[in-house]
Amino acid sequence: MSETTLSQPQRNIVSRLWNDKETRSIIIQIIAFAAIFALFFYMVRNAVINLEAIGKDISFDFLWQPASYDISQSLVEYTSRSSHFTAMIVGIINTLLIAVFGILLSTVLGFLLGVLRLSKNWVTNKLAYVYIEYTRNVPVLLHILLIHGLIVHALPLPKNAINVSDAAFLTNRGFFLPSPEIQPLFWFVLALFVMGIIFSIWFRSYAKRVQDETGKYYPVFWISLSAIMGFPLIMYFLLGSPIDWQIPELKGFNYKGGMVIRPEFIALWIALSCYTAAFIGEIVRSGITAVSWGQTEAASALGVSRGRTLSLVVIPQALRIIIPPLTSQYLNITKNSSLAIAIGYMDIVATIGGISLNQTGREMECMTIVLLLYLTFSLLISAFMNWYNKRIKLTER
Amino acid sequence: MRVTQFAALGAALSLTAMTAQAGTLEDVQARGELNCVVTTGVAGFAAPDENGKWTGFDVDFCRAVAAAVLGDGEKVKFVPTTGKTRFTVLNSGEGDILFRNTTETMSRDADLKLTFLPVNYYDGQGFLIRKELGINSAKDLDGASICIQTGTTTELNLADFFRVNGMSYEPVAIETNEEGITNYSANRCDVYTTDASGLASTRAALDDPSAHIILPEIISKEPLGGAVRHGDDQWADISKWVVNAIIIAEELGVTAANVAEHAAAAGDNPSINRLLGTEGDMGAMIGLDKDWAARAISAVGNYAESFDRNIGPDTPIGLARGLNASWKDGGILYAAPIR
Amino acid sequence: MEKNNLSATGSTMKPDYVIGEHPDLPPPSNTIGPIAWIRDNLLSSPANIVMTILSIFFLYKILPPSLDWMFFDAAFVGEDRNACRAVADGACWAFISERFKLFTYGFYPIENRWRVDLSFVLLVIAVIPILFDKTPFRKYGLWFAMVFPFIAGWLLVGGFGLDPVPTEKFGGFMLTLVVGITGIAFSLPLGILLALGRQSNLPIIKVFCVSFIEFIRGVPLITLLFVASTMLSYFLPPGTNFDLLLRVLIMVTLFSAGYMAEVIRGGLQAIPKGQFEASDAMGLKYWPSMRLIVLPQALKISIPGIVNTFIGLYKDTTLVIIIGLLDPLGIGRASLSDTKWTGLSNEVYLFVALFFFVSCFAMSRYSLYLENKLQTEHRR
Repeated sequence: MSETTLSQPQRNIVSRLWNDKETRSIIIQIIAFAAIFALFFYMVRNAVINLEAIGKDISFDFLWQPASYDISQSLVEYTSRSSHFTAMIVGIINTLLIAVFGILLSTVLGFLLGVLRLSKNWVTNKLAYVYIEYTRNVPVLLHILLIHGLIVHALPLPKNAINVSDAAFLTNRGFFLPSPEIQPLFWFVLALFVMGIIFSIWFRSYAKRVQDETGKYYPVFWISLSAIMGFPLIMYFLLGSPIDWQIPELKGFNYKGGMVIRPEFIALWIALSCYTAAFIGEIVRSGITAVSWGQTEAASALGVSRGRTLSLVVIPQALRIIIPPLTSQYLNITKNSSLAIAIGYMDIVATIGGISLNQTGREMECMTIVLLLYLTFSLLISAFMNWYNKRIKLTER
Repeated sequence: MRVTQFAALGAALSLTAMTAQAGTLEDVQARGELNCVVTTGVAGFAAPDENGKWTGFDVDFCRAVAAAVLGDGEKVKFVPTTGKTRFTVLNSGEGDILFRNTTETMSRDADLKLTFLPVNYYDGQGFLIRKELGINSAKDLDGASICIQTGTTTELNLADFFRVNGMSYEPVAIETNEEGITNYSANRCDVYTTDASGLASTRAALDDPSAHIILPEIISKEPLGGAVRHGDDQWADISKWVVNAIIIAEELGVTAANVAEHAAAAGDNPSINRLLGTEGDMGAMIGLDKDWAARAISAVGNYAESFDRNIGPDTPIGLARGLNASWKDGGILYAAPIR
Repeated sequence: MEKNNLSATGSTMKPDYVIGEHPDLPPPSNTIGPIAWIRDNLLSSPANIVMTILSIFFLYKILPPSLDWMFFDAAFVGEDRNACRAVADGACWAFISERFKLFTYGFYPIENRWRVDLSFVLLVIAVIPILFDKTPFRKYGLWFAMVFPFIAGWLLVGGFGLDPVPTEKFGGFMLTLVVGITGIAFSLPLGILLALGRQSNLPIIKVFCVSFIEFIRGVPLITLLFVASTMLSYFLPPGTNFDLLLRVLIMVTLFSAGYMAEVIRGGLQAIPKGQFEASDAMGLKYWPSMRLIVLPQALKISIPGIVNTFIGLYKDTTLVIIIGLLDPLGIGRASLSDTKWTGLSNEVYLFVALFFFVSCFAMSRYSLYLENKLQTEHRR
């Protein structure tokens, strides 16, 4: 009898361990860790064997060799003699450019759509509704191809360019705009502009302090605006417009001089912004309707004007609901910019993940770089939006 | 729970995965099908028709290899690829052989680990432009917008050409040939550049072919040929000699129509006899039977037949033989002899 | 009582209605009818009037030319592009109708196309009991829906008595449906597991799930597809080679599982802590408590998000074109290289857009219907 009770735990040691919650969780984790690690190790081993078999190695030396191809849109110095690394930088800048511009335009359009969807005007409301439903339910790749096709077909050739007051020319090869050439005196204007911004930041906190203490209210917006925009503008004209504008001229096939925005950029920008704006519009609409009607009624009962109700009561509360889904839309725009490849806009996927990959045959290295770059962008945007979300979060007292 | 998941995963992998340690020839024969890497669609060279059947000049070479190895030119699985994915698809083992307007270069041969087959089309990069622009030479293209297909040698040639001549241009990089045509016909670019053969097929597909000209300058050498992976010499030999056999058949006057007759019994011409296996056993040297070449020729015909059927003067593509005439007719198409 | 008396006595002042039951008078004539409607909805304020005028002007600019191009000036029959151009300046729909079968079935062998049709009919039968809870024999229907992906897989791929059809022959709308529905069917369970893993108390599992989800959500789908099509075979044992479509299906499933996990995590977080504590108090172990208490509530909350993820996944199937699979867009582009039909890209894009619009719009309407049905809270 006593013997059996002593040996019982030993016989069932496994099941006893299994029934103990802590031990079990450790066992499960060890197994999971071992399995994941084994899988990872197995895949790396296969890769090593496979690469050995066809005599390839992993090396990033190719990044310093000449890329040998040209890129149409580049904000940094780039020629076909530049390295693959420079080509990658050009790609990164182009991706970021489309992401930043896309985020700005889609936010503006999205808020506009959200407001139109709440409008009492039947026609406008339905128009916004039809737009949102059409845009959301058609793949973004199709939008990009369609809009690119439209721009390329609908706009005229350089010969017959749409002439905007002899300074800008719209063609299907791109929008040719005057480019500024800055003269030394302009730096004074810039300095004034920066000082204006610093002053506004200080003034805003000062005005808030005064209002908290005395209830006296300053028109912060107008004062800041005149400090940031007004004084520099006056200074600019006082100094005799110290910027020379270089006007593009038609020479041979295309316009030369000035700066140019390529149709690929425009198509991608408009398509991504319009697509994402439809989602943002719905987010904004549901964010605003989610703010309880009682809040608005309470504000008007306190005699707060309609405009200030919106800006001080409704929007701050709606933003808390809007920000998290807005973040994922911003992430989507950044990731969807990779579809640039379909119309030949030279972003990361088209440069380092495209032509460079193909010319050097280094899939592993190039794809690793591309994946890491996108991960970095996504994490940065998430981090920023999380910080912003924390800042506006409801602080419960 | 977790263990069963992994077991299921393992089972799923082993079900779907076909392990193939043997040579490519054994793989292909065991599979009963040749995986041939082609383009997503270049009229005349490789494109699916409305029934999904692939036809074209490059496609014929795939079928010839399949006929030689498997005895049936229809036993081909076509793997459509873009300029970008073609080599990775071949190198990863997804394709057995590549016939896709591919230029043989040293870096592709050595660095991308490809073994090139004999050249089946001598080409060079040219420019297609609208007549109304009044340009007669590629040297006058300064400042032009130029559509290029990416993932090819063309963008490198173009960069070099414009650099050497001190001109500038706006590259419009396009992923596929169809997109290139769409952009060119929409006037997004002044010039479309690719291999001259591709330009001819592009020009034929335009609304009014006569409104466009191909500039006289050919700015590069583009010897186009098939390719296989490094590391399987037997497979490389088979592919190489099938291509050679197709070219030799033209030199010897063997056609799809008369190949059966020639192959039935040894004739007077020892070259034909060796080609068709009525004398000696050349097939055994590459691991095939005697009739390998006869099957390939009866499946697609000789070089001239395939050329005329797919891209010759009577087709919409309308390419002349030019450099690609047999060496006997003053071209440079010259295959090593079978002996 | 009084009412009855009045009406019964029949006095001279007798009104022609029962007192207190006067039939409703019509509303004042200036508050009903089209004119009042227009005044209320279109012209209520100066800003409103401006908006109405702008909207109508916009419609006037956009609608007539589009309709002309699409219908009134369009050619519906014709041998080739030039035949279309000869008849009309607008769209050339003859192209689409000639290639319609190709758009639908891809290169699927003609003699076996009944298998695609049958799979589609079975799909409808499988989906109805999932969508509507009043379907008769719903229980059996749900069981059928569970096995449907496997039946359809067998029908389409073949084997076990049917002619095998290689997956390279798949294309067109059929490919879209295959990729979309496989992704939908398998990403939901995987997403649930990932979401539970992310909420788990076991640190290693949690870290693994979090990094997997964040990785998937941090990179674009086309880079993953590109990895699947070019690099994956390097990570498999030498000589292993598995089907490109299967690789794409796995990638698409993993991709949407990452998004699904986040949607479901939202649902899990919305469940009051008391529910977890109560199920612990009842002595339920982890899986029973999840299955019986937590997940039913969490999934119910996340349904709109889940359907949105489905729609996103379904639209993303167009990206397979970038790695050379022939989805409708790919078929369209390949057809455009036919000398008969070059230059008709707008027709292709609009046709494919219409297909996606119809299916995605239906899904989003269904999601709204569910949202309304499941919403049991007080609404304003």
